[in-house]
Amino acid sequence: MKEVELKMKERAKALLESGEVARVVGWKKGDFCFDPSPATFETVDELNEFVYDYFCGANLSKYLIQIAKKEGKTAVFLKPCDTYSFNQLVKEHRIDREKIYVIAVECLAKLDIEKIKAAGVSVVTGVEVVDKDVNVSSPYGNVTLYKPDVVLTKCATCNKTHQVKDEEIILHQRPAREVDRFAEVVKLENMTPDERFAFWREQLSKCIRCNACRNVCPACSCVKCVFDNPNSGIAAKANDDKFEEQLFHVIRAFHVSGRCTDCGECSRVCPQNIPLHLLNRKFIKDIDTNYGEYQAGETSEGKTPLTSYTESDIEPNDAVNGEAK
Amino acid sequence: MQEVTTEKKEFVPNIVAFCCNWCSYAGADLAGSSRLTYPANVKIIRVPCSCRVNPSFVLKAFQQGADGVILCGCHPGDCHYVTGNYYTRRRMALLYSFLNYLGIEKERTRLEWVSAAEGARFSAVMNDFVKTVTDLGENKRLTDLRVKEGE
Amino acid sequence: MQRIGVFICWCGSNISATVDVVKVAEAMKNEPGVVYSANYQYMCSENGQQLIKQAIKEHNLTGIVVGACSPRMHEATFRKTAEAAGLNPYMVEIANIREHCSWIHKDMDEATEKAIILVRTAIAKVKLNAPLMAGESPVIKRALVIGGGIAGIQAALDIADAGFEVDIVEKNATIGGRMAQLDKTFPTLDCSACILTPKMVDCAQHEKIDILTYSEVEDVKGFVGNFSVKIRRKARYVDESKCTGCKVCMEKCPSKKGLNAFNMNLNTRPAIYIPFAQAIPNVAVIDPEQCIKLKTGKCGICQKFCGVGAIDYEQKDTFVERQYGAIVVATGYKPIDLDAFNEYGYNDNKDVVTSLELERLMNAAGPTNGVLLRPSDGKHPKVITFIQCVGSRDSSGCGKPYCSKICCMYTAKHAMLIREKYPDTEVHVFYIDVRTPGKNYDEFFRRAVEQYGVDYIKGMVGKVYNENGKLMVQGSNLIDNEQVTIESDLVVLAAAIEPEPSVRKVATLLTASIDTNNFLTESHAKLRPVESPTAGVYLAGVCQGPKDIPETVSQASACAAKVIGLLVKDKLKTNPCVATPDESMCNGCSQCANVCAYGAITYVDKEFRIGGGKTEVRRVASVNPAVCQGCGACTVTCPSGAMDLKGFSSKQIMSEVEAICKK
Repeated sequence: MKEVELKMKERAKALLESGEVARVVGWKKGDFCFDPSPATFETVDELNEFVYDYFCGANLSKYLIQIAKKEGKTAVFLKPCDTYSFNQLVKEHRIDREKIYVIAVECLAKLDIEKIKAAGVSVVTGVEVVDKDVNVSSPYGNVTLYKPDVVLTKCATCNKTHQVKDEEIILHQRPAREVDRFAEVVKLENMTPDERFAFWREQLSKCIRCNACRNVCPACSCVKCVFDNPNSGIAAKANDDKFEEQLFHVIRAFHVSGRCTDCGECSRVCPQNIPLHLLNRKFIKDIDTNYGEYQAGETSEGKTPLTSYTESDIEPNDAVNGEAK
Repeated sequence: MQEVTTEKKEFVPNIVAFCCNWCSYAGADLAGSSRLTYPANVKIIRVPCSCRVNPSFVLKAFQQGADGVILCGCHPGDCHYVTGNYYTRRRMALLYSFLNYLGIEKERTRLEWVSAAEGARFSAVMNDFVKTVTDLGENKRLTDLRVKEGE
Repeated sequence: MQRIGVFICWCGSNISATVDVVKVAEAMKNEPGVVYSANYQYMCSENGQQLIKQAIKEHNLTGIVVGACSPRMHEATFRKTAEAAGLNPYMVEIANIREHCSWIHKDMDEATEKAIILVRTAIAKVKLNAPLMAGESPVIKRALVIGGGIAGIQAALDIADAGFEVDIVEKNATIGGRMAQLDKTFPTLDCSACILTPKMVDCAQHEKIDILTYSEVEDVKGFVGNFSVKIRRKARYVDESKCTGCKVCMEKCPSKKGLNAFNMNLNTRPAIYIPFAQAIPNVAVIDPEQCIKLKTGKCGICQKFCGVGAIDYEQKDTFVERQYGAIVVATGYKPIDLDAFNEYGYNDNKDVVTSLELERLMNAAGPTNGVLLRPSDGKHPKVITFIQCVGSRDSSGCGKPYCSKICCMYTAKHAMLIREKYPDTEVHVFYIDVRTPGKNYDEFFRRAVEQYGVDYIKGMVGKVYNENGKLMVQGSNLIDNEQVTIESDLVVLAAAIEPEPSVRKVATLLTASIDTNNFLTESHAKLRPVESPTAGVYLAGVCQGPKDIPETVSQASACAAKVIGLLVKDKLKTNPCVATPDESMCNGCSQCANVCAYGAITYVDKEFRIGGGKTEVRRVASVNPAVCQGCGACTVTCPSGAMDLKGFSSKQIMSEVEAICKK
């Protein structure tokens, strides 16, 4: 990953120096080795802070909505999964494609610091990845963890490939693999309604309404969120009841259905570890089953499954949970 | 006499029916003018087209204590607005399945195509739906999806 | 402060027999916002309406709820009542306590309780109603007809006769369409040209009709009453205003190998040509693919011989932009390609022809001057076999699932004409079913069988193959339950018809919906069969579905009646219950336009203040209220809830839900 970072830095420097772009969007160092954060670099000097490592899980595409409005062209480093969100945002006219220079970068799955800590390493001072070994340095001694155990949940079932690139920096190809991202959804589907309700009730009860999921979600790109729209009939301010409180995640999941690229950011940022991606994946699975496989963000054109139809679509009464199919 | 019946009162579900103005609402009118009965706990909301029904309306009904929600529109291909009910069909297919995924029994949600000429069908559909939901009993789940203090 | 009035109707005993109307009216007095509540025997009567009007004035009501029969019955009545009393007509809501309550429930308590909830729900809604005004839009008194076949010609003539200007846009060099290619027409066997050409001439001479041939619709903007259409006039390399149609150029042209499309490519024509003798306009056109001058720069013979100097090799496509109030689509049909039907040997045998080719082979102006000769060797065919439903009623995916409707009748016609003219010819017809509904149609078919001795064989043909110069037609005879092989000289395929492919582009430009078979969709299959769901667009002829000439002409005249009905109006009243976006919340994501069946939504760049004295330009949706029909599909698609529907707003419906569910 170090060589990749070096190449990225070089390119960023060259692009800024030549004036080809006015800024570069990437990640910068955090206080610790495991908390780099998305950042904009406008000068070569600022690039000293530039970092790209196994903790750069954040999806940068949503930042481009605001950044693209600025004068001049913006270069951005996108991981495979980020490019789907990027395409979707271009499709929805939220980003002007002309103003963005996309550099596709390799990913090889990102690590989840929570999972590393949960594996018993309470203080992490450094991480090195060699194939499937994650060598974690700690003041209390070094530990080697098995990589698949400590990658971000969203990376565990990722099979995404770059959908958009003006150039690419890829030194190591990710090996091809078979993944089943719907296994968890199927597990829930196979439960009884009572069990499912109990599961979701427990999960959703943990929510503290911090809005992190909404803020990070690239599909939640509205100028004004429906939950803040007093005329939508669902904004909390306009209701004295608990409607919004109760159904926030349900409404949000429906709102992004057909547009959600399954980037998994919602679950990554949730401080309560609610598996929010399992809500979205249910919609994705149903769309695939009922209307043919569809991957939002694969292209930046065309209609979504919910803005198209065929005359012989499945009837809702038969479409529930795949039971009648 | 009345008091006795109140005491013995069995569970009566509260049903919200969204009907499109051109077909299903007219079908309900025809059921009325043909004196084809269905239980009084079905209350109809008129919308121009079934495609006007936002999933949040359905969620709202459940959250406000409805025990069943039924949406009625023109038969596919006969939509007054040409394609409106095709979108409805996709939206509700996903919504109903999703609600079921959350543990809201699928029998509590229904979509039926009822034309303006199908008064008898409207009545039959409502009778059947009320029966189904009555058998399921009260629905509290969407009023209580998240455990909150004081509830 | 809201001041709501409630009016509960007895409808004689229709409501009052099962709903305690007095109790309902009394209960409503306690509802927040309600300042007046009354009941009356017949609210819709003169006296009832008077009561409402008086209450509106006396109590200064801001909105009213009438608990009565279905809004489909008297909503309009009570809106007028409100308007007469100075209240905006859209501040009226109806609680349907008859059809949806008193008539279906028997228990008085139950029905009364429900009536109270229904009226309460209507109150909840009316409180959120806003005064609405029906808009007006002007009507441009000119119609466009796309397609110059019999459908377009008839529609144009009818509209023009009513005194309105009409333009016909035809992509070919002449009007006339498919009907001009036909020999005779069923069920009366008139000569097609004899009945069509006078109409073509009428069009040309009509002072209200402007014919734009060799032209195509390039772009359409606007909406009902006010379309702006860009038309491409393709270069014909001949000055239309100068050409006299003398045909000298055709004689002199050295390049004579172009296939004659009018004769279904059965013979050739010069590179400069007039499609047929009665063409309107009778003006030559140069085929740039065949013209030596245009291809190599050398030749120019036609220019030398043209006495009026009409030839112009430099001509380029030009564009005209015109305004119309209404548009008739009459783009017609073509027979399907037969590549997927190898079993009939169409591509391999010259003597396997389509019915439309047979029309040309039988036509006096056709390649054989009307003498039926087979294409391969020019001999008289002695045995002719017709095969029906070639690609029609075909669910295999190779053909079309629908019945092409005209084939049974034209085949009977062909069979009859052949037997009449050449009595020594054997005629066989393989059919699945013979379908002849229509005035004098079945009689016509029976004549073919009974009087002319045409041999109808119920069964499908498996294959047609060439053996020693004979076409062997192998099929099954279902009635005798046997396989038959007929040694034939000529095989005629009743190829299915499909909409002219250019209709797709036209449909897209007009945002007219199209079905999976590329037929344009009518607004209502039974009750609005000639209107497209897109207001101001009308459908005539096969572009809407397979049909024969009588039906096409009827439909064209019906279209004309609809167009005239539109164009006589100076202004159109528009439905005020339309979608409107809250621009401050719109993302400009285009989802709403994707589901709009009417093309009512466009996007504009607007400047918004974003605080700190700064502004930003954002793309936002804009709904044309004259085009929006108010279905609400867009409102649900909108992720931010920026799109709302007047009269059925999200908040209104949410409050209705709340009122119903309130325990």
